[in-house]
Amino acid sequence: MVENRRWLDVLTWIVLLGGVIAVGLPVYVTFIASTLDAQEVLRTPMPLVPGTHLLENYSRVLGRGVGESAIPVSSMLLNSLWMALGVAFGKIAVSLLSAFAIVYFRFPLRKLAFCLIFVTLMLPVEVRIMPTYQVVSSLGLINTRLGMILPIIASATATFLFRQFFLSVPDELAEAARVDGASPLRFFFDTLLPLSATTLAALFVIQFIYGWNQYLWPLLITTDRNLVPVVVGLTQMISRSGDAATNWNLVMATVMLAMLPPALVVILMQRWFVKGLVDSEK
Amino acid sequence: MEKRVVFQGRWLPALLLLPQLTITVAFFFVPAGQALYQSLFRQDAFGLSMVWVGLDNFRMLWEDPAYLASFRTTAIFALGVTLLGLAAGLLLAWFADRLLRAATLIRTLIIWPYAIAPAIAGVLWMFLFNPSLGLVSFWLKALGIHWNYLLRSDQALLLVVLIAAWKQVSYNFLFFLAGLQSIPKSLIEAAAIDGAGVWQRFCSIVFPLLAPTTFFLLVINMVYAFFDTFAIIDAVTQGGPFSSTEILVYKVYRDGFHGLDFGGSAAQSVILMMLVIGLTILQFRYVERKVNY
Repeated sequence: MVENRRWLDVLTWIVLLGGVIAVGLPVYVTFIASTLDAQEVLRTPMPLVPGTHLLENYSRVLGRGVGESAIPVSSMLLNSLWMALGVAFGKIAVSLLSAFAIVYFRFPLRKLAFCLIFVTLMLPVEVRIMPTYQVVSSLGLINTRLGMILPIIASATATFLFRQFFLSVPDELAEAARVDGASPLRFFFDTLLPLSATTLAALFVIQFIYGWNQYLWPLLITTDRNLVPVVVGLTQMISRSGDAATNWNLVMATVMLAMLPPALVVILMQRWFVKGLVDSEK
Repeated sequence: MEKRVVFQGRWLPALLLLPQLTITVAFFFVPAGQALYQSLFRQDAFGLSMVWVGLDNFRMLWEDPAYLASFRTTAIFALGVTLLGLAAGLLLAWFADRLLRAATLIRTLIIWPYAIAPAIAGVLWMFLFNPSLGLVSFWLKALGIHWNYLLRSDQALLLVVLIAAWKQVSYNFLFFLAGLQSIPKSLIEAAAIDGAGVWQRFCSIVFPLLAPTTFFLLVINMVYAFFDTFAIIDAVTQGGPFSSTEILVYKVYRDGFHGLDFGGSAAQSVILMMLVIGLTILQFRYVERKVNY
């Protein structure tokens, strides 16, 4: 601290407390709503202390789901898990290999390959949504897990992060491997991969969240209700016609369940998460 | 930057690149090319006939008041989200940085909304601001403000800006905090000894040193507001009331999948792609400058 200023210290705590509350309030209210019964949640103003229906609501949504012909939230959560893990592992695997090729080899058209990947850096699937849908449908991948995952994997962020990291690995290591007669793949698996552990963890966190939170793409491509991930299924529980038609207490229990896995990943893997975000800037 | 030591071989690198290139071509270049191609044709709703119309689709967009309005909405939306998100992120980061050791705790308490899906953020806030049973609507009514975002365009736009900024604050906070922590404390102390007050130090030392971070975040936030907020709009307002929250990405989707106007939607995709490419170039210009520092 440069100097002691009482008023500044007080202000600091006020601002930060305000920030934490602004961040936390919606989630607190959601949690409360998820512990009330159907009548209590419609009362205005809604109570601000937890109700007694926590277990009842959560077991109801996990086991039976919400609304007519609903599928249980537990199977939606599993669909989300599939998608998040598929995106995270798929993206990491694909980009590890291509970054290795681009950094450690010289071959014709290397620059071209690099540029092709480079252009995709910032173009989200939302922008080219209609034609991407047509491509996926002509490949017969509508309503398949593969179709949910593959188009999301086509982006360059991870490739760039690995390229950046490989470039920072000392040349002597590759030199030594070559002198010892190790094949490129041997070098990749025995030396490069173990060194990349932190980068891998960081990317895993970011891509897991990215995959879990996908909305538009799974919304379009999964007409089969058994494949719907929780983020999409959740918004379909909310009735557009009127408030009475929505079981808000059950919807809010589903919201809590849908938020929990990615929030836990961020909090428990905070160190790698922060590193991953800050590194992918460079 | 290049490696001095490289491996020999032509087939291996080609094989290694194959998965990434296949996916990129199949789900990126083919769709992008198709958008470009379709934007030059007019198609009937069943996809049975296509008529070459040249740049007509673009001209029609240019003359379509709804599209121009969507541009305006997007501009207001993006500006609002970016300014609000950056200001809140910087404010919180500056104060958190003063706490030194407790900063990590505060960081944990503030960064987790990053994990929340935009669609879920939309649902959280929709519930708070629900005109009939929302808690905040109730408070607002007590203050004499008539709140109904389902009917009033200005309130709907305000609400989606708030939600989108709320979700992005944690990200901005993280980068500003990292930026602030990398400023040498000796600089601040030297200025303090010379008699510069808190505000003066912020304006003449801290903020200029944060300029690269701020610029980076500016671009990222713009991209976020333009493209990643689709789910928020879809969950909360679905573009309404009276298209007052229909941003460009939302319109592409609606015109394509609900309006079945393939040519028009493709033309909109092309315009959006050019926008992103512009932003990417801006971003990389800046990154290069930072490397030369």
